Amino acid sequence: MTKLNSKYADSGYIQKLILRSLLFLLLGIFAVYYLMPLFIMVTTSLKSLEEIRTGSLIDLPREVTFTAWKTAWSGACTGIQCEGLRPFFWNSVLLAVPAVFISTLIGALNGYVIAQWRFKGANLIFSLMLFGCFIPFQVVLLPMARVLGIINLAGSISGLVFVHVIYGIGFTTLFFRNYYVSIPVELVKAAKIDGANFFRIFISIFLPLSLPIIVVTVIWQFTQIWNDFLFGVSFSEAGTQPVTVALNNIVNSTTGVKEYNVDMAAAIIAALPTLLVYVVAGKYFIRGLTAGSVKG
Amino acid sequence: MSEWLEKQLPKLVLAPSFVAILIFVYGFIGWTAWVSFTKSKLLPRYDIVGLIQYDRLFVSPRWDVAFSNLFIFGFLFIVISMLLGLLLAILLDQKIRTEGIIRTIYLYPMALSLIVTGTAWKWILNPGLGLEAMIRSWGWESFSFNWLVDPNMAIYTVVIAGIWQASGFVMALFLAGLRSVDDEIIKAAQVDGIPKWRIYLSIILPSMAAIFLSAFIVLAHLSIKSFDLVIALTGGGPGYATDLPATYMYTMAFSRGDIGQAASSAMIMMAVVFAIVVPYLYSELRAKND
Repeated sequence: MTKLNSKYADSGYIQKLILRSLLFLLLGIFAVYYLMPLFIMVTTSLKSLEEIRTGSLIDLPREVTFTAWKTAWSGACTGIQCEGLRPFFWNSVLLAVPAVFISTLIGALNGYVIAQWRFKGANLIFSLMLFGCFIPFQVVLLPMARVLGIINLAGSISGLVFVHVIYGIGFTTLFFRNYYVSIPVELVKAAKIDGANFFRIFISIFLPLSLPIIVVTVIWQFTQIWNDFLFGVSFSEAGTQPVTVALNNIVNSTTGVKEYNVDMAAAIIAALPTLLVYVVAGKYFIRGLTAGSVKG
Repeated sequence: MSEWLEKQLPKLVLAPSFVAILIFVYGFIGWTAWVSFTKSKLLPRYDIVGLIQYDRLFVSPRWDVAFSNLFIFGFLFIVISMLLGLLLAILLDQKIRTEGIIRTIYLYPMALSLIVTGTAWKWILNPGLGLEAMIRSWGWESFSFNWLVDPNMAIYTVVIAGIWQASGFVMALFLAGLRSVDDEIIKAAQVDGIPKWRIYLSIILPSMAAIFLSAFIVLAHLSIKSFDLVIALTGGGPGYATDLPATYMYTMAFSRGDIGQAASSAMIMMAVVFAIVVPYLYSELRAKND
């Protein structure tokens, strides 16, 4: 009897072992699938053009060279200009930093009002803002191009900041509203009785509580704005283009030989800031993604 | 006076955003709608002439390609991303010690710009030196994978890159959903000796209907807005074989100088989004207010 039992347990154990190995094999295959493009980008960027032409896609570089990186950063042509990605990288920084800051601040104040100072119509306003998150931006491109021209911001980085703030408000408001709505309204009531006013309550009570949602919002906005291409390509001109537009121009530049290693190095450079944010603060990144999609 | 101000302050703080949304979202939609009913070409005109732009749109072979591409791309992108995301979520839900690392690997493409994704896949899929050449060099001389330059197949390369970018995100959504299912029910089912696959099929997945809907909405929304990926991967080509409504609109607006066509195609995009998002938002907001 005992012998039979142990035999039974053994076959169960083996079956479990096989299933587990299969599971890890599958997970491993998918990990390779997701990592392969990044691996190919990195190795290609470290090869010489000669090696790219003679070697195979997934070969490791025989001789590691950083010339492609140097060209991508400061020498590649984005049209008639051949200054590499560097100036455009800084354009993106100059664009993203104020746009993220302003839209987060506005979102925090809006969320605070909608969640804690409810008044008639506030929910309607919130719904209108929420819907604004979903519109395909093509529907506002034409009038926005005209308005930017009228207010003299056409082709400027300030104009892009303006556009990103306007169309970021919906999401930032959503994030803060959903966060503040779980804070009991009694807190505001008690503070009011103690004589604190609207801004005082916001600054001394709500802001200190908000660190997690500020991190989520800043990461979300930064990723959105850094990775944006549509607004960048529609509303910028030669000197003010963000990095994504410049990258696309480098890759599609028709002058000279096709330098795949430079393309890949440029793509990695353009991706580095958001990748870095993801690696450092992945938890908050995921929270923003899911909060941005699962409303409420 | 100051008391009045104090009382109105919340409204005053919200007012600028409200006005901005009214003008820059709803006013602009109105402007685009208006212009789509005019004969606008290089410059907008404001005298309404009827549906002439939509007539032009629907007889245009290029729009026809763009619009059918939206459905080919949208359907494959949504269905495969959801299936793959669900599979990955279930695989990862088997109490794996390295889950954190694996999840990070599956999800990182979502942090990349679609321009970066497009650039990478353009290189991998290029027939001359990419995947095709690699497999040929392994000895399979007749291997052919030239979808990127084949007008009939190019749209599927957009699907491939899109799935690579978004499926990890769907996995994250589903994983959160799987984790929120009541443990007690699952344990009870296990005690009853119900096999694991049946537990997933009959208990866990049906309870995740809301997550399926969210994932669908996000993916549908992504596919309608897809613009960057096509521009970086195929540039809409070969010819206009991989045009989507988003790239059609952009071409009309900024390279062809045909504002009327740009406006009417943007309105069609808006209508598609409307049809998908409004019922969802409505039910969400109502559920919350109840």
